[in-house]
Amino acid sequence: MAKSNKPIIWGAFAAGGEAVSLVAPAIILLTLLAAIGRVPPGLSYEQMHSFAAGWFGKLVLFAIVFLSLWSQAHRLRITCFDFGLRADGLVATLFYMLAGAASLWLILILGNI
Amino acid sequence: MSRYPYVREVSPTTWYFRAPRYMRYMTREVTSIFIGIFTVIMLVGLSRLSEGQAPYEDFLAALNNPFSVIFLFLALAFALYNSFTWFNVAPKAMPIQVGEELMPDIVVAGGHYILWAILSVVILIWAGIF
Repeated sequence: MAKSNKPIIWGAFAAGGEAVSLVAPAIILLTLLAAIGRVPPGLSYEQMHSFAAGWFGKLVLFAIVFLSLWSQAHRLRITCFDFGLRADGLVATLFYMLAGAASLWLILILGNI
Repeated sequence: MSRYPYVREVSPTTWYFRAPRYMRYMTREVTSIFIGIFTVIMLVGLSRLSEGQAPYEDFLAALNNPFSVIFLFLALAFALYNSFTWFNVAPKAMPIQVGEELMPDIVVAGGHYILWAILSVVILIWAGIF
């Protein structure tokens, strides 16, 4: 039987799409409040650090950022194709490598908190 | 085969201007650019957080400029568009079968909207907005 990497890519893509759709607007709103100078108590160093220091916070942050990275990498690949950039092999390699490197960086960051 | 086969000209770079539904599709595609950049901003913020209090507070202060306010405002608008369009197609993308029947579209989409509302409120309460 022919083997395909599609289910794995699609799994991360679908889970990422779902996770991002559920939490991105609220998280971007919090960041927007910080950007206009009204930093929400949750984004203060004390609360963010104590959240990210615990295993539950690490798990939540890892899931959101990891899934978003792979979902956006996959979607940006398709977006490039749709805008007429047809070097799909090159584009796919570039975005998936970036997502892979960013995922490793994310693990190192969370390990350091 | 005919002597002059008909080849329909489709521009690979401007095809989506031909119909409103193509434009809506491309608008949804563009949301990935904004959410992708925002994901990188989250990574940088977490990196500064791991370096200590002063670097993290510098990161928050660096966000406080007109460019990031405009970017984050657009990112919020595109993220909302992404969420609405995703939940609206959820009944097609993730159909749930109960016995012989598929669950009605309104139940699957509605379930997603309810979950979205609950999670958003939980995040905002956690952050001390209310």
